[in-house]
Amino acid sequence: MNLGAKLSILADAAKYDASCASSGTSRRDSRAGGIGSTTGSGICHSYTPDGRCVSLLKILLTNFCVYDCLYCINRRSSNVRRARFTIDEVVNLTIDFYRRNYIEGLFLSSGIIHNPDYTMERVVEVARKLRAEHGFKGYIHLKTIPEASSELIDQAGLWADRISINVELPTETDLSVLAPEKNLSRIEKAMAHIRGRIDSVKAEKKSKGRAFAPAGQSTQMIVGATSTPDVDILVRATNLYLTKSLKRVYYSAFSPIPDASARLPVLRPPLVREHRLYQADWLIRFYNYKAEELVNSSRPNLDLNIDPKLYWALSNPDHFPVDINSAPREILLRVPGLGVRNVNRLLVIRRWKRIGMLDLKRLGISLKKVSPFLITLDHLPPRSERFESLLNNREKSLQQELFDDWPGKSDNGTKFPYAG
Amino acid sequence: MKRLDFEPTFKCWRETARAALSAELSPEAISWSDGEATQLFEPMALESNQTRYNVPKRFMEVAERVVCHRSQGRWDLLYKVLWRITHGERHLLEVFSDVDTAALYKMDKEVRRDVHKMRAFVRFRHVVQEEEAWYVAWFEPDHHIIRINAPFFVDRFAQMRWSILSADECAHWDQRHLTFTDGVRREHAPNRDEVEELWRTYYSTIFNPARVKTSAMLAEMPKKYWRNLPEARAIPELLEQAPKRVENMIKASDAKQEAEIGKAVVPAADLDLESLKKAAAGCEACPLYRNATQTVFGEGPLQADIVFVGEQPGDQEDRIGRPFVGPAGAVLDRAMMEAGVVRARCYVTNSVKHFKWELRGKRRLHQTPNARDIEACRPWLEAELRLLKPQYLVCLGSTAANAVFGRPTKVLQNRGKWMESLYSKQTLITVHPSSILRARDPEQQEKAYGDFVNDLRLLVR
Ligand code: SF4
Ligand code: SF4
Repeated sequence: MNLGAKLSILADAAKYDASCASSGTSRRDSRAGGIGSTTGSGICHSYTPDGRCVSLLKILLTNFCVYDCLYCINRRSSNVRRARFTIDEVVNLTIDFYRRNYIEGLFLSSGIIHNPDYTMERVVEVARKLRAEHGFKGYIHLKTIPEASSELIDQAGLWADRISINVELPTETDLSVLAPEKNLSRIEKAMAHIRGRIDSVKAEKKSKGRAFAPAGQSTQMIVGATSTPDVDILVRATNLYLTKSLKRVYYSAFSPIPDASARLPVLRPPLVREHRLYQADWLIRFYNYKAEELVNSSRPNLDLNIDPKLYWALSNPDHFPVDINSAPREILLRVPGLGVRNVNRLLVIRRWKRIGMLDLKRLGISLKKVSPFLITLDHLPPRSERFESLLNNREKSLQQELFDDWPGKSDNGTKFPYAG
Repeated sequence: MKRLDFEPTFKCWRETARAALSAELSPEAISWSDGEATQLFEPMALESNQTRYNVPKRFMEVAERVVCHRSQGRWDLLYKVLWRITHGERHLLEVFSDVDTAALYKMDKEVRRDVHKMRAFVRFRHVVQEEEAWYVAWFEPDHHIIRINAPFFVDRFAQMRWSILSADECAHWDQRHLTFTDGVRREHAPNRDEVEELWRTYYSTIFNPARVKTSAMLAEMPKKYWRNLPEARAIPELLEQAPKRVENMIKASDAKQEAEIGKAVVPAADLDLESLKKAAAGCEACPLYRNATQTVFGEGPLQADIVFVGEQPGDQEDRIGRPFVGPAGAVLDRAMMEAGVVRARCYVTNSVKHFKWELRGKRRLHQTPNARDIEACRPWLEAELRLLKPQYLVCLGSTAANAVFGRPTKVLQNRGKWMESLYSKQTLITVHPSSILRARDPEQQEKAYGDFVNDLRLLVR
């Protein structure tokens, strides 16, 4: 099989992983030798017609797999065409693409061949060759296999910028039904091990040792392959952020894969669910919301029609309106239509002048969105039926929103769920 | 109003602005001209002046980028902001909502975006010039950013020789020095590269035709960049084929939902062989049962220490309801006898328990079971092996090998040696007896049969 044919099989098999970030790592350049650089913020080198950013060469070393995870196109019972790259093929492809400025680096994962250690050894060897033999300074993300030995995971962390282990599904039950060979506690243990390594290497940073996965670890959860509600997903994510200090949890709407197993749902979950989860995740991490404020046992799923920040505001009318000229930061952050960046700017402006509607407009803030919630120098929202109209308009606004920005997945692009 | 003439560089602007400030020229009194715009006003000369003005560092950083902006208004705007900063509004840049501040930041943002897009969309092409490898790119920036952006490419590609050509200005790096030359025409840039085909393959593969969203792509990668992006050539075709690809995907998955019902469900873990067999007789877990006569379950004593796994029942087995009773079974019997394997110590079964076939003329022609058929039926095989706990496991042919090893496993490369499989530490792979029947000539057949017997001899050693 020629290289092009392999590439199309093994890139196709890798595209179901949502992660594409190439940011947040240490700064490096190649002035002293080698090739490549990182600046801390990633670059999207291209965009496909589905609007997704192309930052890394995202491929599988092989799509042969001895496991049988039902949601996965590479599971052993699937009838897909199989291929396998040699280690040098991946190394050379990465360098060839990088030299031409097509990519920021490599995201490598693999189906499991023979056994987890055998597979992991090969994945690590690709990274080692790139770093040690080619002096590659670009970004490397390695997907690690929780069942692989901790020595191999340690090596992966020494060569890679980011390592990830996919938790795949939010609960143990989900896993046992759909990924019989996988085991939640083993996954968690491997993640805890990685966190330990990251922390201890960071602590002894002065010792001039090599950094351990400087861009941290991330994971991915498949959403909608089982009936697990958003509350379980978000609580799990919150725990992962806390206990494993993950950099990022990716939510991937289960998409019916070619040659799917009949134990999976026939229908894809609405894509907007994935979008809502990203929004909620964002609110939890950067806006100080607690998962329980957005979903709980009596309301286990996020509203698909309305974004979670607006939903929270509408269901807590007694918190509003807030005075833009005196409210503290954490209160301003809860105003629908105000993002982190604009809140920060408003706080600075406030030192010099009293803020009116024109100021908001010049910052590019949508007056329509914020006006029901804010008191400004020259605006006091009318009390009555303030929120009714918003609720009535929500279907319309959903369509508008989907049209406007979708989805806030990339670390690199500017399309965050709450960019401004 | 007076006109100030100066070179359009940051340094020149800074000096001229300093002179203007010390002459107390208000922004309304002068017009800035870098020679590009039509000249309406009288020129005016200024004394160069060494007065130092203390302006926030932030302003200088922003100004250095804003001078790269292509808009003519940038000079006036910069001076206006500078004037206000030095005339009682030192904090002006912190009032983000001020008209002038907002305009300045807007220009700054546009330049920064352009810088970022250049880092993203420059595409080098490999050429050999005077026996040296060079990487050459053609880029069309919106603003005058080649110079401020070049150090980024030096950091990244310090050990390559490269040139970035544009109509404004060109940057060159020869592994040691960064130099700039005048702008050139696009024809000066190379027009192909050997790796671009692979890159297009990658780009086309990762696109998901079910999620077409060109507005998002265009927002980040406007059409003006396309003609210099090798991968963009694939876009029209990708978009054109998308509906068809989605349709095919849906068709395939409908057909599959039809075709697949699931995995065999084994009633309880502690059944004996006889009840297992009865349960399997009613199995309808996959569509194969529909066209077959009956389930053909394994056969042999519970104490058997050797288990043979074949592929699936054939025409005769299907009608009689017992495994290995047709022509292939006869070959197996004979070979076992010759190798000294006692039939009574063996259990024989198949990877798939129903006969899969297609009609050819009047004959039911055997069809090889695929991975999905094997998976559907695996629970039966697993249940049998759980009860039998065989010391030796023999895979007859590749279907059995795939089933027992759980992955594609080649017969000819692995035959005749002990290996560890999913179900037994001592697993032997050999050919399926039916392959001996299909041999091209008697000579071949004899050899194939001899090899087969030899493999089986391993069981009695
Ligand atoms: S182990 Fe990974 S590649 Fe293999 S089937 Fe499971 S998810 Fe797919
Ligand atoms: S082939 Fe196996 S799984 Fe399919 S119906 Fe027959 S016994 Fe059941």
